[in-house]
Amino acid sequence: MRQSDTLPEARSSGAAVVQRGFNWQRIVLYIILLLFAVYYLLPLYVMLVNSFKPLAEIRGGDMLALPGTWTTAPWASAWSTAQIGVQATGLKPYFINSILMVVPAVLISTVLGALNGYVLTKWRFRGHGVVFGLLLLSCFIPFQIVLIPMARMLGLLGLAGTTWGLVIVHVVYGLGFTTLFFRNYYEAFPTELVRAAQMDGAGFFRIFFRILLPSSGPIIVVSVIWQFTNIWNDFLFGASFADVDSVPMTVALNNLVSSSTGVKEYNVHFAGAVLAALPTLIVYVVSGRYFVRGLMAGAVKG
Amino acid sequence: MKETLQSWLPRLVLAPSFLLILFFVYGFILYTGYLSMSDSRMLPSYGFVGLDNYEKLWKLRHWTGSLKNLAVFGTLYIAICSVLGLLLAIFLDQKIRIEGMLRPIYLYPMALSFIVTGTAWKWFLDPGIGLEQTMHQWGWESFHFDWIKSRTHAIYTVVMAAVWQSSGFVMAMFLAGLRGVDPDIIRAAEIDGASRARIYWRIIIPMMRPVFLSAFVVLAHLAIKSYDLVVALTGGGPGKATELPATFMYSYTFTRNLMGIGASSAIIMLIMIFSIIVPYLYAELKTDRAS
Repeated sequence: MRQSDTLPEARSSGAAVVQRGFNWQRIVLYIILLLFAVYYLLPLYVMLVNSFKPLAEIRGGDMLALPGTWTTAPWASAWSTAQIGVQATGLKPYFINSILMVVPAVLISTVLGALNGYVLTKWRFRGHGVVFGLLLLSCFIPFQIVLIPMARMLGLLGLAGTTWGLVIVHVVYGLGFTTLFFRNYYEAFPTELVRAAQMDGAGFFRIFFRILLPSSGPIIVVSVIWQFTNIWNDFLFGASFADVDSVPMTVALNNLVSSSTGVKEYNVHFAGAVLAALPTLIVYVVSGRYFVRGLMAGAVKG
Repeated sequence: MKETLQSWLPRLVLAPSFLLILFFVYGFILYTGYLSMSDSRMLPSYGFVGLDNYEKLWKLRHWTGSLKNLAVFGTLYIAICSVLGLLLAIFLDQKIRIEGMLRPIYLYPMALSFIVTGTAWKWFLDPGIGLEQTMHQWGWESFHFDWIKSRTHAIYTVVMAAVWQSSGFVMAMFLAGLRGVDPDIIRAAEIDGASRARIYWRIIIPMMRPVFLSAFVVLAHLAIKSYDLVVALTGGGPGKATELPATFMYSYTFTRNLMGIGASSAIIMLIMIFSIIVPYLYAELKTDRAS
C-alpha cells in the first residue's frame, strides 16, 4: 500500500450515497462535525485564555470565560523568571537547548535517510531487503529497551548529559523513519533515468545530486517535519539522558508544572505549555499536509 | 580500481547507518536481554541468575497491576479511537463544504507533545479548578467529576486524553481509505435499492478491513509505549492506579535501583510490540514485493 498523496479532496465515496431532500439530516451532520471541532479545540482554547488571566481570576472559576483583566505577566514569567527545578530561569534556556538539539538531529537523520533510501532502491545488493527490514523494525521498538545500555554508552563516549549525546540518540532512533520515507519515495522514481545517466558515465554521487535530489523536495519536507515534531516532543530520552545544560523543553515544562513547592501558578503553566507547543503547532499550520503525509507513511508501510 | 570502488560505494554509504542500527538497536536489545538475566541492581552487573528476575517480576503486584491497566487503557483507547475515527471520516466524506477547515482541526492534537496534552487535561479534569468548578460556577451545583483523583477511575482519564490526541489521526486513515472506494460499487448498490446506512454497514465498512488493521497496529504499539502522557497527567497515581509497563520500567530501573527487574519488564514490552508488529510488517513487505 503506497500513499502517493494524502487525502484527495475531489472525490467523495459518500457523495454518491447522499440523497436529496433530507436537509435536516445535513444540518444534524454539520452540527455534529462542528461539535467535534469544538471538542478538539477546547483544551487549546482553555490553555490560551487562562494564560492571560491573573491567578485570582482562574481560582474564581469559569475556565471558559475570557479574561476580565488581560495580563501578559504569566507569559513573561514562563519565559524568563519561573522556577524550573532549582533555578528561576524560566523556560528560555530550555527552549534554546531544544533548538540546539533538534536542528542538527533533524539535518543529520534526513541526510542519512536520503542516502539510505537512494541505495536501497537504485543500488540494490544482495541482502538489501534484510537491511531495510531491520531499519524498519527499529522504528517500533519500545525505547525502554535501549535506555540502560544507552546511558552506559553515552557515559563511555563522554557525552552523558550533553546536547550532542541527545543528538546522537535522536539520529539513531529516527533513521528508520527517514530511510522509510526516502525509500518509498525513490521506489517510484524511474530507474531508467538512473541507468541512462550511468551509461553516460555519471557516478553514484553525481546521479544522486543531479537527478534524484532536485526532485526530492516534498519528501525532504515530510522527513524534516516528522523528525522535527518527534524530536521536539520527545520526553523519555530528554528525561533520561539530559543534564542541567541540555534539558529540553518538554522536560522543563513537566518540571515547571509538577513542581510541588509554592503556589501553583496555573496561568504560568499554561503559558509554558503553549510555548512548548508553539514550534510544532506553527510547523503544522504552515505545512500540515506534509505532516499528515509523514504520519500516514509511518502507519501504512510501503 | 575505480570500478571496484564504484561497485562498493553504495554499500559503503549505507554501512554507517546499518552499523549504527545494528549496534544501538539490536546490540542494545541483546544487552538488555542479558541484564534481564543478571543480578544488576543500581548499576549493570553480570552475575547470571537465569530467569529469577522474570519470576520476581510476575510476583509483583505493581507489575501485574500495570499490565491490567494497560489492558483496560489499550482496549478502550483502540476501540474508541477506531469507532470515533471511522464515524468522523464517514461524516466528513459526505461532501462537507468546510471539510478543508475541519480536517486540520481534528488532526492538530497529533502535533502536540503528550506533556502539553497532559498538562491541559490534568487541569481540565481537576475537580478543584477545571470542569467541575466551571459547572458549579454556571449554576450546576451538583455536578461531580473527580475521576482523576479516583483509584478506580483514573485510568479512564488517561483514555480520554489519549483519545483526544490520536482519534483525528485515525480519522485521517479512514478518510484516505474511504476515498479509495470505487463509487461504481455504491451506485450499483443504490440502484438495487439499498439504503444509505445499509450500504455503509454491509459494503463500505467491510471494505475498510485493511485500515482497521493498520489502525489497530499503530494504536496498539502507541498504547504499549505510552509513557509521557501518564507522567504528565497522573504521574502513575493516585497510588498506582495508572501505572503502565513503561512507567514501571522507568521507576524500577532508575528510582528503585532494581535494574535486573527493570530490564526484564522492558523485554516483555518488546515481546508484546514485536508480536503485533513483526507479522504485520512481514505481510506488508510481502504484498509489496508481489505487486
